[in-house]
Amino acid sequence: MQAHARLGFILLLTPLLLWLSLLIIIPHIDMALLSLRERVGVAQYETSPANYLTFFGEPLYLRTFMRTAVMSILATAITLLIAFPVSFYIAKIARGRVQSALFLLCLVPFWVSELVRTFGWMILLRETGVISSLLQYLGIASGPVEMLYNDAAMMVGLVYTSMLFMVVPLVTTLQSLDDAVIEAGYDLGGSGPSVLREIIIPHATPGIVAGSIVVFMLSLGNYLTPTMLGGKDSLWFTQLIYSQFIVRFNWELGAAFGFMLLILSSVIVWAMLRLTGQTLEKTMG
Amino acid sequence: MIPSMPQPRAYRLIYTGYIVAFFVYLALPLTVVAVFAFNDSQFPSLPWQGFTWNWFFGDTRPQIGVFHERPILRAIGTSAFVGIAVSALSLAVGTTNAFLFNRYQFRGRGLLYVLMLLPLVIPGIVLGISILVFSSRVANIAWDAAQWDVTALRPGLMLVILGQFSFITTIATLVISARLQKFDRTLEEAALNLGADRLTAIRTITIPYLMPAMIGAFVVAFLMSFENFNTTLMLVGSDAPLTIAMFDRLKEGSTPLLNAVSLLLMLGSSLLALVMIAFQRK
Repeated sequence: MQAHARLGFILLLTPLLLWLSLLIIIPHIDMALLSLRERVGVAQYETSPANYLTFFGEPLYLRTFMRTAVMSILATAITLLIAFPVSFYIAKIARGRVQSALFLLCLVPFWVSELVRTFGWMILLRETGVISSLLQYLGIASGPVEMLYNDAAMMVGLVYTSMLFMVVPLVTTLQSLDDAVIEAGYDLGGSGPSVLREIIIPHATPGIVAGSIVVFMLSLGNYLTPTMLGGKDSLWFTQLIYSQFIVRFNWELGAAFGFMLLILSSVIVWAMLRLTGQTLEKTMG
Repeated sequence: MIPSMPQPRAYRLIYTGYIVAFFVYLALPLTVVAVFAFNDSQFPSLPWQGFTWNWFFGDTRPQIGVFHERPILRAIGTSAFVGIAVSALSLAVGTTNAFLFNRYQFRGRGLLYVLMLLPLVIPGIVLGISILVFSSRVANIAWDAAQWDVTALRPGLMLVILGQFSFITTIATLVISARLQKFDRTLEEAALNLGADRLTAIRTITIPYLMPAMIGAFVVAFLMSFENFNTTLMLVGSDAPLTIAMFDRLKEGSTPLLNAVSLLLMLGSSLLALVMIAFQRK
């Protein structure tokens, strides 16, 4: 029986180890090694931090990096602000069938590809688009209005694309909050805002953290939305990675960029977990 | 705030209005995509030129419908193939992972569990390039050592499948683990007492219990693979899956053909989602 259990253990462990080592760990180590390589001649390479120096020395790269980080945090905050009242409504105010119907309605848009969603916003916002035509029809605008290709359009798209990943964890945590606790808060003399601040938000923290991490990651790593909805000035860091790898074929610099993106996302996710006293196992698992 | 608490009428009205506005925002882009699939015009925009089915069934230029557009049909086929391969692989590894973490206590379990979750917090594009870098390195080594050209390790479907598998497995593992945790182990022990060996007990008791979660994991994995963009973009070769093919067309300018494809996608994924919900209910 012992030997039997041991064999079973090894059989179950093997796929996990193969998957993690061959597709996650070793490729990332390899990418780190590549990013520390400098081409000094034809097929001649040296280990050096040159790619990172290029990254920190070129204002365009550094600015794009910072901009992507700040905009992703902003997108996360906006998504949270929009999603919280909606999640509260679904979890605490809607009842029975309405509740499950609203929850399902929130999920529906996300069963279709991000490309379709982005395409929808393009049809709505562009110069010949639906909103522009509507404004002209109503006499608010005298000519076609271009609403596409700027930061606001990109933000609308980013928030839209990641909404689900905020609503689902929020609804789940809010549903586990007993109504009696909220009532007790009022009975003890609390007002709306103080109940929200001292009872509801602390209870929802695990959901807020889980949602924020996923939304932040999705925004940071997004390529499609900034490319299709953003303008010439709204360069996104993933576009730099793409152009180094596919257009310029400078894999060394591209790998360094990839690593910077990875570090940025890890630091911010770690900080978010630390600040709220959560762990990755609890929020994601 | 909650229904048992009296609130001013104005507050309730504003709140309800906000919820309505939110759902309009949610539905708006998808609605316009669907509606303009039927516009009898070269562009998916106003003015409305009349209703037509041509973007689905048309077979003459300039209105060639989805069902006569070879490249799009081929891309759908490619996506379906990749999706099935990724789902099957993720389901297999997800199931073994779930059993491993559920049934065994061993040194390094905590660390492995965190590592298992890691793909969720790695940006998709970084996953893509790291696999691209590593597979190219292996392919180059094989070529230098034995003049052996391993085409599977060059950008193409094989790498797309591996790239998507690398993070979808985590999701499959979580979905299956969640159900396995609720399983009553005494049922398995009863089977053992009745003379079944361990594998028979798992095959006849545990696996049927897990089936809804396994089907759920398969469908979720398929949908995630079908709509994946970031990882695929970095690993794709000459056979483009649907999202990449549509992206290339969208960059050149769009015709209502793309709306028609999108509408079909919406219908397809809603159908799959309904199938999954039906299985979960059982």
